[in-house]
Amino acid sequence: MNFQMPDFSLALPELWVATMACVILVVDLFARGRESAPAFYLTQLTLLVGIWLAIDAQWGRDAVTFSGSYVADNLAVVLKVAMMGLGLLAFAYSRDYLRQRDLLKGEFYVLGLLGILGMMVMASAHSMLTMYLGLELLSLCQYALVAFNRDSRMGSEAAMKYFVLGALSSGLLLYGLSMVYGVTGSLDLGVIREAAAGVGAQNIMLAFGLTFVVVGVAFKFGAVPFHMWIPDVYQGAPTAVTLYIGTAPKVAAVALFMRLIGEGLAGLQEHWELMLVILAVGSLAVGNIFALVQTNMKRLLAYSTISHVGFLLLGFIAGTPEGYTAALFYAVSYSLMAAGAFGMVILLSRRGFEAEEVEDMKGLNDRHSGFAFIMLILMFSMTGVPGTVGFYAKWLVLKAVIDVDMVWLAVVAVIFAVIGAFYYLRVLKMVYFDRVEGGEALQAPAGLRVVLAGNGLAVLILGIFPDSLIAACAAAFGS
Amino acid sequence: MVELSDYLVLGAILFGLGVAGIFLNRKNAIVLIMSIELILLAVNFNFIAFSHYLDDIAGQVFVFFILTVAAAESAIGLAILVVLFRNRETINVGDLDSMKG
Repeated sequence: MNFQMPDFSLALPELWVATMACVILVVDLFARGRESAPAFYLTQLTLLVGIWLAIDAQWGRDAVTFSGSYVADNLAVVLKVAMMGLGLLAFAYSRDYLRQRDLLKGEFYVLGLLGILGMMVMASAHSMLTMYLGLELLSLCQYALVAFNRDSRMGSEAAMKYFVLGALSSGLLLYGLSMVYGVTGSLDLGVIREAAAGVGAQNIMLAFGLTFVVVGVAFKFGAVPFHMWIPDVYQGAPTAVTLYIGTAPKVAAVALFMRLIGEGLAGLQEHWELMLVILAVGSLAVGNIFALVQTNMKRLLAYSTISHVGFLLLGFIAGTPEGYTAALFYAVSYSLMAAGAFGMVILLSRRGFEAEEVEDMKGLNDRHSGFAFIMLILMFSMTGVPGTVGFYAKWLVLKAVIDVDMVWLAVVAVIFAVIGAFYYLRVLKMVYFDRVEGGEALQAPAGLRVVLAGNGLAVLILGIFPDSLIAACAAAFGS
Repeated sequence: MVELSDYLVLGAILFGLGVAGIFLNRKNAIVLIMSIELILLAVNFNFIAFSHYLDDIAGQVFVFFILTVAAAESAIGLAILVVLFRNRETINVGDLDSMKG
């Protein structure tokens, strides 16, 4: 067996992030007592340089290295830039939140960075082994982050639930992967693609494997009926961690789907398409209907995530490059909105008070009309009102499904989106029309305000000029 | 001669036991961690059996990685369990119900 030296320069973004995560761990050890400021700035620097490295080393390439287990192509670049950009945003939000609660430790940044490294490995996976390792690196960091507030009863309960269900979903996914390996005789996703298309789903073992893989991926997305961890984890985790979990890992789930199913098992499309239809309709229904009765803001956003996952899956169901483009665009733009919404929860909270209830949004317009307007943009964007990025996200997936003659699916999605509009507008009603006695002025630090304002504006600007982001997503799928 | 299907059936039985352990267990969170371990070992069984019958070494390499990750996963699971016990003084699965809806 010949050993070929892998092309390390291709994997430069991952190597850089991995090295810096270790460096930050050590630096933080020596910089204790200064609120982990060096760790924070080093983390942001790492991500900025990582974005540049990913574009520089991998854009426009289509190369496989590390004995066929690592691929560098446009899809990987777009996914990685989105992941690191969202990570940047999540860390920027979390700093003040963690400081106010005495949770500002360097481990937060190290775990977060390693999680992003896991996502990047997933984005570049060209073998089932690489995919599994990236996924586990991400998951393990997330379990630890959910339990980050060690004295929180809800946090530890959420972490336990997340750990058990997450590990179960990894087990299901692995069982599926073992079946696929047994039928195709290879871990290399390129070989699997050829072999699976040749064998077809008449082979009972391959059909079995495909089902388990789809279930595992659905777990990671949080699609109904594998969604039960999402509300508890979102509610129980510290809001800064919820913000992290609710954004970039959604893009990572797109990577997981695209690499394993969209590319690896492309030959079985007619079979997984049907499973995804069930998942998507279920997610749209459960997400939107259960969100109607929530009184906790983080739980409401959790069910809203589930409904958005339903929409995102529509793009995959179309199964065309346009559909995949739409799904990727949806994941990125939804993550941006979710970051803003959780950022708003962080903004309204302070030491000893978590603004987790929907009621806490009451009278926001009287307290600060600027942030009330940002909440308006975010909620409109989640509803899908034109002029915000959420509109184009929904429009692209619906167009993709209609193009493959599944009009009924688009109709179902729109009906549930209209139902969903009710609870977003209910939040806005509280923001603008409900009065509270003694509503005090906002106390949030300046840094947090700037980040949130920037996030809200990004949602608005991308909603008016979405072309560049759509073009980037389309370039990921070579069109 | 032991056939491939025999190994697969054994793997499926172990896998089923693991999944059943997670859903039926209402008492002890440690049993959950044991069940997860059982699921991963069932997968290992599959990989080794396939690897042997396909005469391809990659499956066995995968098994080593799964074993390593499973160890890390148990470590984190037990750490979460310790935190949970410190906060609630119980590891009864039925008591994990402070969040609903």
